[in-house]
Amino acid sequence: MITVTDLRKVYRQGKKEVVALDGVSLSVPKGSIHGIIGHSGAGKSTLVRCLTLLDRPTSGSVNIDGTELSSVRDSEIRAARRRIGMVFQHANLMDSRTAAGNVAHPLELVKTPKDQTRAKVAELLKLVGLEGFENAYPSQLSGGQRQRVGIARALASDPDVLLCDEPTSALDPATTDEILDLIQDLTRRLQLTVLIITHEMHVVKRVCGSVSLLAKGRVVEAGGLAEVAAELDSKLARALLPLPASEPIKGALQAGPVLEILFSGESAKEPVLTSVARHFDIDLNVLAGSVETLGGQQFGHLRVQLADNVDYDAVVGYLRDRGIGAKVVDAAVVPSDEDDFPSEPTDFAAETGDLK
Amino acid sequence: MNEIFSNPVLAKALPEAIVETLQMVGISAFFTVLVGLPLGVFLHATAPGGLRPMPVVNRIVSDIVVNITRSIPFAILMVALIPLARLLVGTSLGPVAASVSLSIGTIPFFARLVEACLRDVHHGKIDAAQVMGSTRMQVINKVMLPESLPALVAAATTTVVTLVGYSAMAGLVGGGGLGKLAYNYGFQRFDVTVMIVTIVLIIVLVQVIQLTGERISRSLDHR
Repeated sequence: MITVTDLRKVYRQGKKEVVALDGVSLSVPKGSIHGIIGHSGAGKSTLVRCLTLLDRPTSGSVNIDGTELSSVRDSEIRAARRRIGMVFQHANLMDSRTAAGNVAHPLELVKTPKDQTRAKVAELLKLVGLEGFENAYPSQLSGGQRQRVGIARALASDPDVLLCDEPTSALDPATTDEILDLIQDLTRRLQLTVLIITHEMHVVKRVCGSVSLLAKGRVVEAGGLAEVAAELDSKLARALLPLPASEPIKGALQAGPVLEILFSGESAKEPVLTSVARHFDIDLNVLAGSVETLGGQQFGHLRVQLADNVDYDAVVGYLRDRGIGAKVVDAAVVPSDEDDFPSEPTDFAAETGDLK
Repeated sequence: MNEIFSNPVLAKALPEAIVETLQMVGISAFFTVLVGLPLGVFLHATAPGGLRPMPVVNRIVSDIVVNITRSIPFAILMVALIPLARLLVGTSLGPVAASVSLSIGTIPFFARLVEACLRDVHHGKIDAAQVMGSTRMQVINKVMLPESLPALVAAATTTVVTLVGYSAMAGLVGGGGLGKLAYNYGFQRFDVTVMIVTIVLIIVLVQVIQLTGERISRSLDHR
């Protein structure tokens, strides 16, 4: 269990004060994965540095299973750090050490006996699926394998919390999913508390139970995945269930009002659209839609167009009475939700033309 | 060929000159690494943004000691340090005495190279080491030095090659070695054979050092 309360970090740049974190609070129970999503400059890196005590927060507290980290004395800071295992975007392995040597690194620091180290390293490498790669150097491993070594190394000091800073942002889509599944599997088996910092919604969708949206140093939205996805107007719902830009369909219907509908959980099992059509005896067109399972629940986000002679307030009321989010949007301006956070894993290799 | 073997100077003085040169280069290389490596680590660690920033101390060591020593031409430094050599080893003559000024001349040079090597260690590796609970010494010993070892070996190689050049100069003021041989016989007595042979030997020595250094550096590099 990790609890962060009202964490603030203010940097001084000459006479100017830069507020990097402006009262961040979050709480993640044992055995669950919490995603922290935000654009660059939102304060993600500062949050990581404060959680790992690489930087001291200006005020606020970081508490792991009842131990206060932010007020720990300098002499105890190293022991405190060992309670957090960290996975980096580029793994940050030592090139001069083999896979086994890298995993043994945190154990060497506290002078663990050789035979114990050897046994632990073998166990950890097996845990991340790298049996037989003990003597491989990082340069001989693929990006995904390097990240697995990084995860094994992070677990070597038996941490309570695993902090993953953009763990898949440098990996291709297939490897991204492998690494995410590994993190999820380890979370269950070792009862870890996991924080994943990312800018990819895909990561949140695939493994996170809860999520916080960080913007300008503040948590602007937070909650369980199913919870935040059910809020029609929340930024996170738009990012989790994105709709592409669409234009009203001309011809079949008189250009009427455009409605956005969001149904979740039980209501997702109802045949919503056909029941509306029957009840009001109207026709409607689906302009865009997104259907996903998030946090174990079914979600649907639809944009539909009604005929122009329909009493759309009555339709909205009818849907809301059945626990379905609905609102009228300006048909002329229907923006895409997809610019915000990539919901598919980004293939950096393909993007940069680096196909190595 | 015959001329080389029948040359009395080469037959008598060459073996001794080779030994003296190797002594000078060997002794001063040893002390240069012994003192220059920690000095380079110190310069890097105390610099702003380093492991233990100490702006004033860093300024003093970096600007005054290292830069001033490096800006004095070696030929002058060598002569200026003759009293120090006499103080430390009891004589100002011979390869051991020459090694004093050779070491002092190359220590700052090597320290700067070490500093640059350490600066090239990716910062993420140092972050990773700190997050796993390393002390500063552990960051230096287990991350910075091993990760920059191939570069450090290359830097040491460059330094030793420089030392070979300096040692020829040191030969002129009493150090002995190939430099003295070339100067005394090749230059002052117009013995072209001696001149050519010493030049060839110095070239071979530099080549051997360079190739060995490169080979070691490559074998250590796992990137």
